[in-house]
Amino acid sequence: MKRTLVTLHVNGATWEVAVRPHDTLALALRDGCGLTGTKIGCDMGTCGCCTVLVDGRPVLSCLTLALEAEGARIETIEGLAGAERLHPVQRAFAECGGSQCGYCTPGFVMTSVALLRDNAAPSREEIKAAIAGNLCRCTGYAKIVDAVEHAAADLRAASTGATPPTGGRGDSGGDQDDAGIHGRRQPAAARR
Amino acid sequence: MTQEFTVVGSRLPLVDSWRKVTGQAVYGDDLRFPNTLLCRLVRSTVPHARIVRVDTSRAEAMPGVRAVVTGKDASARFGVLPISQDEEALAIEKVRYVGDIVAAVAADDEATAAAAAAAVEVVYERLPEYFETGPGLAPVAEPIHAWTVDGSNTQKRVEQHFGDMDAALDAAAVKPKAHFDFIGVGHQFTEPHSVTAVPEADGRMSLYTPTQVPHYVHRALAKVLEVPMHRVRVFRTAVGGGFGGKSDPFPHEMAVCLLARKVQRPVRLTFDREEVFLTNRGRHPGTYDVQIAFDADGRMLGLDARAVIDGGAFASFGVVTTYYNGVLSQGPYKIPNFRYEGARVYTNKAPCGAMRGHGAVNARYAIESVIDMAARELRRDPIDLRLQNVLDPYSKTTNEFRITSNGIRECLERVRDESGWTAKWGKLPFGKGIGVAAGFFISGSALPIHQTRTPQSTVHLKIDVDGGITAHSMGAEIGQGSDTVIAIAVAEVLGVPLDFVRVRSEDSDTAPLDLGAYSSRGCFMIGNAAREAALVIREKLARAAARLTGRDASEFAFANATLSIDGDRPVSVSYFEALTEALADNGALLAKGWYQAPRMGGTYKGAGAGLAPAYSFNACVAEVDVDVETGLVRCTRMTLAHDCGRALNRLAVEGQIEGCMHMGLGQALLEEMRYERGRITNPNLLDYKILGPFETPEMRVIVVESEDREGPFGAKEAGEGPLIPVLPALGNALYDAVGYRSHELPVRPAKVFQHLQTLRKGGATPAKTWETNGR
Repeated sequence: MKRTLVTLHVNGATWEVAVRPHDTLALALRDGCGLTGTKIGCDMGTCGCCTVLVDGRPVLSCLTLALEAEGARIETIEGLAGAERLHPVQRAFAECGGSQCGYCTPGFVMTSVALLRDNAAPSREEIKAAIAGNLCRCTGYAKIVDAVEHAAADLRAASTGATPPTGGRGDSGGDQDDAGIHGRRQPAAARR
Repeated sequence: MTQEFTVVGSRLPLVDSWRKVTGQAVYGDDLRFPNTLLCRLVRSTVPHARIVRVDTSRAEAMPGVRAVVTGKDASARFGVLPISQDEEALAIEKVRYVGDIVAAVAADDEATAAAAAAAVEVVYERLPEYFETGPGLAPVAEPIHAWTVDGSNTQKRVEQHFGDMDAALDAAAVKPKAHFDFIGVGHQFTEPHSVTAVPEADGRMSLYTPTQVPHYVHRALAKVLEVPMHRVRVFRTAVGGGFGGKSDPFPHEMAVCLLARKVQRPVRLTFDREEVFLTNRGRHPGTYDVQIAFDADGRMLGLDARAVIDGGAFASFGVVTTYYNGVLSQGPYKIPNFRYEGARVYTNKAPCGAMRGHGAVNARYAIESVIDMAARELRRDPIDLRLQNVLDPYSKTTNEFRITSNGIRECLERVRDESGWTAKWGKLPFGKGIGVAAGFFISGSALPIHQTRTPQSTVHLKIDVDGGITAHSMGAEIGQGSDTVIAIAVAEVLGVPLDFVRVRSEDSDTAPLDLGAYSSRGCFMIGNAAREAALVIREKLARAAARLTGRDASEFAFANATLSIDGDRPVSVSYFEALTEALADNGALLAKGWYQAPRMGGTYKGAGAGLAPAYSFNACVAEVDVDVETGLVRCTRMTLAHDCGRALNRLAVEGQIEGCMHMGLGQALLEEMRYERGRITNPNLLDYKILGPFETPEMRVIVVESEDREGPFGAKEAGEGPLIPVLPALGNALYDAVGYRSHELPVRPAKVFQHLQTLRKGGATPAKTWETNGR
């Protein structure tokens, strides 16, 4: 099948990738750019493993055509860390136990990064609403919510120059149950 | 026993988590080898049929197609258990379920492979199809396999009797019994299976696969390829979740190797989600009938159980599952009289196998539900009744399981105290309820699958001039933290920071044998092997420090990367000084540690099933909120206490327990593999529901540490056991809420609704009348 060159701006670099009309952004990132940090868990928009940021918004790259992403600013898990070894969200997912098998982790991390850019101090319910389009089969989500909370605190502290809280990292418990109340939906990452 | 630890018991990030949060971890489909072909499979479209003809000529003639293999290319059967090797790389004579692999195609790209797979023509002669276990217990027209019991579809029958069950029932004051139905559920890890076969230049075959059991894959590959084991190499990629679903050697692993051998190029195959469902190996559907006898004082007199489990098309771990449904009912209580009959029946559906809490989960739901019924008949608090009957530490069960450390009593007491049980049980308003259940699980199967004298786990350590400690193991890190267990054990013994240790647990060429990640064996067995190996290194370093200081080697303490002696004449040698001395005229320090379970157990038939060097224990309290208008059941809060011996890594233990609650609740409330005439009708994560963050309740984790005498630093398993009491605790809470006993899983809101309608008949406002019956 004839391929078309698509220009993708990924993590600050520009790629020209030859794609078929139906190739997904997930496939283009993994096979075209060699960025295999973006995972494919279902290839039908149900699990959120493939979440990347397109112009700052979390998007399911398995439901986005590569051609649709022409010219857009794409961020993947590989592009998060700057001069630091790790982005605070990445660090928090490791330190709080938010990652076990790790396959869903890039998707959760990208979703969380987008959330924290919009909302510097999300409640646990707001965090749950943001990650509601991502499935994790290992953690039961508690430590993922912990991780996002801690990352938020770290990011706030970094922006004010204060020392981030260190104690109690990874403690779960205390999340108020209020199932059924979904906060804001992530446009492309929602499911069900 | 009070010990001071520096690393053990901390809250530590998993050592491989840094690779995972950065996207650097390499899972099955992340590998890229030059010149790789892509594979697609031809799968059976019918449930049961004789293969008349497989015509690959059209497929082979397509441009870009490099090889096609069929059942003609491999004749050896394999399977995870040596006693039930009934799987074929590609179906040879018959297909046995929709999804059975008939042919495999390797082509230049995936689209070509898929088109070629579609062009393979298979002619079937349909055979009688069997979707239910019932008819398969008796002789059938066309048994699914040739080696079933007496021409039936029954693969395995188990009978065990201890004591006098009939006398126990005669003597009983209360003896509730019930029948339960369970639907099959699957692991649904997020990473679909993905494998690459690489034919090496020296003629060997390498298989890269996200597996929990590299050693069993290694054995099966050698058998199917008909080469000695040393001509095969298995490389475990990062594993995106297992839960028992990647603990078999698989036909598709064999198929890609056959293709790669034929075409002498690397071949990669990545499943779509539907193929994950078709590969299955999930929890067996089945029925469980159980009756439990109690005397008037609440003492458990006996347990009488019968299980019929639906194995699907192949054996997998099924013989073990058939035993576990019985033998793992022998605790956590003292049960003097016991009778169990189990049968596993083949059906023309995707094969079932081992899933988290293997063989114990559905049985435990039934048993703990019936204990709840007994408590009400006896007018006893369900926690008190359980406490009265629990096994003692360092005791024996009736079927001669050796019980070592046992924190069941503390588990029950703490879930009672920390959930507010006493103020809530039977006292919550209609629609709200609280329930309890207990459980236990093996901490590693004491008997290896293959009866050899080779240790079940071996760990090698190497330290060279850089001071870093490389640990080699074939223990399969699948996200549960087994690499971290190795690092913790080594760092603790040698008194160095965790990041001095790097674990290499991928490659069968470099790693010593380990049986893999199943039966909750990792922490106990690999942890012990790693600790033993580290003790050998410690001795070498201590002798070097003794040479440097003139002091006795046995006096040195290891902490903060320093070997030191306190007291009147304190000395201190840095880890690096000691290492440099130890390396002199000697070279890299090498050490080996291994673990093999001690001999134990009875001598009766089947005595080996369920034997473990230690058992974990747990208790769970669930709280539910039932929508009395719709029957919808929501779990609002869960408190779970788990005796893991000692938490080597508290963060990881909590993570395992929370994951168990999540997965157990999923089976209790939502999950089911639905079939229609042998076809899975919901093979995707939209129609097969797993819990999202909003459906997962508030989770309270209580870590109980009973300090096992044989466990590494006292540790036992925490990865599977905590799932087991979750489901019955939910079921018992539902009963407390609205008086509805769910005799099936998942709980059907429609049936709860019907029950609520019945209560409302006559216009009465529903009230907890069943509670006063039980007081």
